[in-house]
Amino acid sequence: MAEQTDAPSKAPPQWLKPLRAPFEFLGELSMFTGSSILAIFRPPYRVGLLFAQLEFMAWGSMFVVGLTGLFTGMVLALQTVYAFSLFNAQSLAGATVELSLARELAPIFTCIVVVARVGSAVATELGTMRVTEQIDALETMAVDPLNYLVVPRILAAALAAPMLTMLFNAIALFGAYGIAVWAKDLSPGTFLNRIQSLVQVKDLTSGLGKSVVIGFVVTLIACYRGYRAEGGARGVGIATTQAVVGGLVAIFFIDYIYTAISLSGSQQAAGGLGG
Amino acid sequence: MSPAAAAAAATAPMIDVQDLYKSFNGFPVLKGVSLQMAEGTTTVVLGGSGSGKTVLMKHIMGLFRPDQGRVIVDGQDISTMGRQELSTFRERMGMVFQSAALFDSMTVGDNVAFPLREHGNLSEQEIAEKVKKTLAVVDLHDVEGKYPAELSGGMRKRVGLARAIIRDPKIVLYDEPTTGLDPLTTESVDEMILHARERLKVTSVVISHDIGSAFHIADRIAVINEGRIVEEGAPAHVRKSQEPFTRQFLATWFART
Repeated sequence: MAEQTDAPSKAPPQWLKPLRAPFEFLGELSMFTGSSILAIFRPPYRVGLLFAQLEFMAWGSMFVVGLTGLFTGMVLALQTVYAFSLFNAQSLAGATVELSLARELAPIFTCIVVVARVGSAVATELGTMRVTEQIDALETMAVDPLNYLVVPRILAAALAAPMLTMLFNAIALFGAYGIAVWAKDLSPGTFLNRIQSLVQVKDLTSGLGKSVVIGFVVTLIACYRGYRAEGGARGVGIATTQAVVGGLVAIFFIDYIYTAISLSGSQQAAGGLGG
Repeated sequence: MSPAAAAAAATAPMIDVQDLYKSFNGFPVLKGVSLQMAEGTTTVVLGGSGSGKTVLMKHIMGLFRPDQGRVIVDGQDISTMGRQELSTFRERMGMVFQSAALFDSMTVGDNVAFPLREHGNLSEQEIAEKVKKTLAVVDLHDVEGKYPAELSGGMRKRVGLARAIIRDPKIVLYDEPTTGLDPLTTESVDEMILHARERLKVTSVVISHDIGSAFHIADRIAVINEGRIVEEGAPAHVRKSQEPFTRQFLATWFART
């Protein structure tokens, strides 16, 4: 440790060494987040780029989100009807399916699809732009890369995630209805009636709010990984892997925090984060 | 400083790098670089890999901040500028990247028009005319609709130059313009740099390790080694240098020709 005399910071104690990398990562990510959020409010406001990203993220993900939703709803109906038939409560299946979909499964599964499809694409695209000096070129032409590249992507993700979540919800419910009513012979009236009486609007909005936060954060992580990529094709590959893995971990971490906060709030006062 | 360099610096230089130091993670890359470049001249900064020449150029562009020392461009100290000020100031500079760094999602025309769309308030028709004219300056015709991937390496470089000069900068920086090009393309890129100086009267800074090309295009050559300028002057002066590194470096080329 003594050989680098002009190192800017004093050497930390030895036991801190393993903690250094994660803290550096969190520190850099926070700074990146801060400057990206500031860049949202700095003109020029790039509406055209925002819509181009929305088209890619929302419109382009509809098919795969719909497909995931359909099968999720179907399998959920199968499992719920089976489990509830053990104590003769099949009539609750519809409400249970929709509660778990609206509050948890729709936002989380949608965001997993977003990480796989959007996060990887964003990290690869920005990473390639970084290693081929396109991001430097933006800077030399007096264009803020955060404003030009990062802001449209994180805003589009925050908008696309709830739209896709709602789509997931609708298609998954359709799939669940199909299985419960047509394959498992539940009465359509019971299935729908219980949903109407037991599922509240705030269950839906809580899930949608969750998807906004998660969509924003995972895309921000992908932008950060791509933005900081270095070292050619291999570096871009590493950045993409890190973006997807980091995004997946972030989904479940934020999911827990968000749910804990919104549930603790809803007992004292209706509303809270989930509305 | 050599007498020749002192004479060049007598008129206020366009670019004045003063005693520049820069380290990365405690590893010193620039160790007191001083260099002046007069208006309208072409200076080639010649050095091997890891000599610090790219870091020096990024300081001139304002992409890095010095640990110590100053960088004065066109009479203004850019090492202390805020981001907004620096952003405005960069409009006086254009940069041609080693890989051309064209936006591959855009056509050539959109690439060249990019700085105008971002900063000017010209109409689309005026932009189209200006793009055509600027592409003609670098001897390219009817390529506006093509994508960068459809062009050869030399053509991409020229599109990169067109994009760099479309807003009439006073300074153009070239990052290793001839690296990885075949001899004929190298020749045409050299011609491009000479033409740009003649036609546009710009101050050019070329970062390179291509000795042949350097002696072809330079008004002045600065040799950089291990973060220090070890030799600086007109090509003829540098050619006869007694400085050990410069002799060794140049011998790799001139010994063979």
